[in-house]
Amino acid sequence: MTNRPVAAPHGAANDPTRRGPPPPPPRRGFDWKAAAAPTAIGLFSFVVVFGLIGWTVTSAEQWPRIKLQFFNLDAMVAAFPRVLQGFWVNMQVWLTVLACVLVWALVLAVVRSLRAPWCAPFRLMVVIYIDIFRGVPALLLVLLFGFGIPALNLPGLPNSGLFWGGVAMVLSYAAYVAEIYRSGIDAVHQGQRAAAKSLGLSEWQTLRYAILPQALRNVVPALMNIVVALQKDVALLSVIGVRDAVREAQIYTASTFNYSSLIVAAGLFLLATIPMARLADYLTRRDRERRLQIAG
Amino acid sequence: MTTPMIDIDTVTKYFGDKLVLDRVSLRVDPHEVVCLIGASGSGKSTLLRCVNRLVDHDYGVIRLDGVPVDDPAFGKTGLQKRAGIVFQSYNLFPHMNVLDNITLAPRRVHGQSRAEAEDRGREVLARFGMAGFAASYPEQLSGGQQQRVAIARALMTRPDVLLLDEITAALDPELVGEVLAIIRGLKDEGMTMMIVTHEMGFARDCADRVAFLDGGVILEQDTPDRLFGAPKEARTKAFLQRIIASGRL
Repeated sequence: MTNRPVAAPHGAANDPTRRGPPPPPPRRGFDWKAAAAPTAIGLFSFVVVFGLIGWTVTSAEQWPRIKLQFFNLDAMVAAFPRVLQGFWVNMQVWLTVLACVLVWALVLAVVRSLRAPWCAPFRLMVVIYIDIFRGVPALLLVLLFGFGIPALNLPGLPNSGLFWGGVAMVLSYAAYVAEIYRSGIDAVHQGQRAAAKSLGLSEWQTLRYAILPQALRNVVPALMNIVVALQKDVALLSVIGVRDAVREAQIYTASTFNYSSLIVAAGLFLLATIPMARLADYLTRRDRERRLQIAG
Repeated sequence: MTTPMIDIDTVTKYFGDKLVLDRVSLRVDPHEVVCLIGASGSGKSTLLRCVNRLVDHDYGVIRLDGVPVDDPAFGKTGLQKRAGIVFQSYNLFPHMNVLDNITLAPRRVHGQSRAEAEDRGREVLARFGMAGFAASYPEQLSGGQQQRVAIARALMTRPDVLLLDEITAALDPELVGEVLAIIRGLKDEGMTMMIVTHEMGFARDCADRVAFLDGGVILEQDTPDRLFGAPKEARTKAFLQRIIASGRL
């Protein structure tokens, strides 16, 4: 065996016979004894606070009526299949609209960032587009497109409210996403443009090979928030008669005067949006750590 | 008289209303190494960037091998092919590995095939001791290694001129030497270079001529021995004294 001293956590550093640096300090495991009191107090506090809230709500005079109106289990079970079916429509529309938004917004952002003089009119068009579609409520656009355009009976174009409502969502959301892309493009360091230009890359090649890949990576966290927002805003299409989760729940409500079906729809939305929101948080955190690493 | 490789002829440049280069003239002969020194804001980096048109000058003419740099004869990318530049902060593309970084321009701009560009790329990397890093990403490399890759990138198209813009200013002191050694090697091979630097020791050893810029004017240019040994202008003396006082010469 070696003559190295066996682990001696205390005083090893001062041991004159020892060669080399002292060993790393022993890792501290979870100290149950020290944690017991705070944990108990925390638990107690939870029980008291939520117990009080629960007791106050359920002992209220109106609680039985509220429960019957919103949390009626029979009504929920009865409405669930239809609402779920509607929710499936939501998910399909969400993914389709999302894909279109990401592509169309990229086109807008790229056009806006081109600096060549002949692009000037197109740049102006994009600026106007963004001003208009960001400034008008999405609900108004959905009504305008979803009811208005099918009423024109345009030859050769689809006539469904779902299609045109989806178009309205794409046009509206693309205005926001284009601005996010643009902030990502602007955030890429000027030196990258200088390097690309000095290598002889054209403006388009500079964007395509040097700027956009970095810009897109920069904006993933911001885009995730839009993705979550869009996931629930797709429900706007219910106002033009698209039979999504909200519409189905409303239909049930109209015939039974019981609102539990809307709670079912709300639950389904939460089931979908909360994991997405957590994913967004995770991506944001990872992105920040990556930047700190580079900066450090 | 040979045609100068770079001929800067009474060049003036404004940024808005601010005069940054005031009727500057400088010639760099083939295989010559000229160092530009001077305080921050003296216009030396701007002058360098005018040569490959990263910055367009306002008055005067800059000729590369006898042809004005804004001459249509260069086409869209001819100038960039013949004058490579290396920056202070490397400016490698962080989302591409080393080999992709240096083969981007040969492939996308100069129409080389991937195989052709990568063969040349590996050859250049090997020359700078970076052969083992072809698949690494810039953030995995030290500053000195990144700068070696940046030099390799600038040399991919076999340029006639290399422009170096304070290429060691962002490096940790112990990494400066490995980059300067490469520049000495290039000088020995006869590369024409215009170098903006704060490394006075390097300028003294390596330059054929040193030009001192102050307030957008070349106050004095001479061989390093004469300029560092016996500067004629009071401002040059004052600048060199400040450098000596800070222990950098």
